Amino acid sequence: MKDCKQFTGDFDTLKAEFPTLWRKVSSGADLVYLDSAATSQKPDCVLQAMDEYYRLSNANIHRGIHTLAEEATAAYENARKRIAAFIGAASSKEVVFTRNATEAINLIAYSWGRKNLNAGDIVVLSEMEHHANLVPWQILAEERDIRLEFIPVTAEGLLDMESYQEILALEPKLVSFTHMSNVLGTINPAKEIISQAKAAGAVTLLDAAQSLPHFPVDVADLDADFLAFSGHKMCGPTGVGVLYGREALLRDMPPFLGGGDMIRKVYLRSFVSNELPYKFEAGTGAIAEVIGLGAAVDFLSGIGMDNVDAHGREITQYAMQVLDELPWLHILGPGADKRGGVVAFTLDGVHPHDVAQILDWDGVAVRAGHHCAMPLHERFSVPATTRASFYIYNSHNDVDVLVESLRKVKKMLG
Amino acid sequence: MDDLYRELIIERNRSPHFRGELEPNDYTFQDENPLCGDNIRIDVRTDDAGFITEAAFSGHGCAISQASSDLLIESVIGKSVEDVKKMTKEDVLDLLGIELGPVRLKCALLPLKVIKAGLYGMGEATDTL
Ligand SMILES: Cc1ncc(COP(=O)(O)O)c(C=O)c1O
Repeated sequence: MKDCKQFTGDFDTLKAEFPTLWRKVSSGADLVYLDSAATSQKPDCVLQAMDEYYRLSNANIHRGIHTLAEEATAAYENARKRIAAFIGAASSKEVVFTRNATEAINLIAYSWGRKNLNAGDIVVLSEMEHHANLVPWQILAEERDIRLEFIPVTAEGLLDMESYQEILALEPKLVSFTHMSNVLGTINPAKEIISQAKAAGAVTLLDAAQSLPHFPVDVADLDADFLAFSGHKMCGPTGVGVLYGREALLRDMPPFLGGGDMIRKVYLRSFVSNELPYKFEAGTGAIAEVIGLGAAVDFLSGIGMDNVDAHGREITQYAMQVLDELPWLHILGPGADKRGGVVAFTLDGVHPHDVAQILDWDGVAVRAGHHCAMPLHERFSVPATTRASFYIYNSHNDVDVLVESLRKVKKMLG
Repeated sequence: MDDLYRELIIERNRSPHFRGELEPNDYTFQDENPLCGDNIRIDVRTDDAGFITEAAFSGHGCAISQASSDLLIESVIGKSVEDVKKMTKEDVLDLLGIELGPVRLKCALLPLKVIKAGLYGMGEATDTL
């Protein structure tokens, strides 16, 4: 059994911990995985933690009295504590498990939004949002007649902070935005955006799906009211995400889904909600996955998020530098100093699908399409892009293989 | 790899024979593949007997969808509308001469979906070919 806490920031050896990274792709080439912004690979110790739960302690949680149920409950709640500490939450009551970041944002729109937003109220989003932070608000806008305002994105790929001030003057009720763009890679000045929103009287929701895997994110320091992220992009499993919410806000919110676990008492015609965070966790949760996410947090904490950040910056800088030398390749978004490990680009005369397909023959896994950010692609007048994204297991060599393969694409189709 | 991007596909992608728009036309339809944003429009002209005399495609997409559009149009010119309505996935794959996985299959079949929707006069294209 591997202990997820045993690893350090020795990035040369980390790759060995990820079983998938040692396979070949269908063409026979070694896998070079550059699609971590979609989902990260999982280290052995995380897989083992989930396996151990199923093999040794599998039981439903919270209600059981027997040994297995106690072990499973302890493992689940212990994971919640470590995850709370990882994001700097004041208490584990503020950590609600959801299926993913998308569900966490929907929970806020459904519960907080329906309680607090009325016709004419303004919700501020940005032009660089993932569909997960657009569609829930569009649904609510339709239903409640609320107004959506968008912080524009500049040609450089940054949020236009001057326009933001003008939008804040409209006294919005909520400002909900992404900490890091999954297309441009832009890291937004979250602390500044949040403090200005607060000053204007708005509640804030930060989509940390891309940021939390890559650099230290502390809800207390950021002063965020709500924060959403997914386990699967940060070495954890799919099927579990987190909604962090300030306790006072969560307490005032009506439940999201109804059923077992979220109640204290049920009568035939009414119920009394359970305490936090269980009020928002109806039905049997993703027990193994929560335990897996706890292990992933141990893994990342052991390496140190500052080290994860430094490694990511270093690889991104190198990638930007070598990709910049290809005159037929155009990178979207800001310079390396303002972005995380995501580089989306277009290639003259070649469709992103064809790029991704040919790269796959060389083992290079990248993503092609609109990356769930259609309005942002429209903003930059491109139907689709190819995106390479980097994580702790990537090296300069991976970038070199990418560049070599891109030259081949250009020669073949360009 | 040489299979999927065989010479014919690369060539038809680079210099298609039937790119353009026909105005006026007897049938026109446009649709996209929401997964990748590929967008194709096909315009068709027919004679009084219901035979296709001219056709052209426009829009943007990957090499597979572009080549597939061009080859499909080449094959439908001279055919009757009723015969084209009966064309299947296999017909398109025969034209391309390649095998495709589930994701790229959507690219290859988009033009067939579009032309059939146009000929059937549908409000919306469907995946059932
Ligand atoms: C910025 C951002 N927000 C939200 C999401 C949604 O994550 P999930 O699909 O895990 O809910 C993603 C995932 O791609 C993302 O990049």
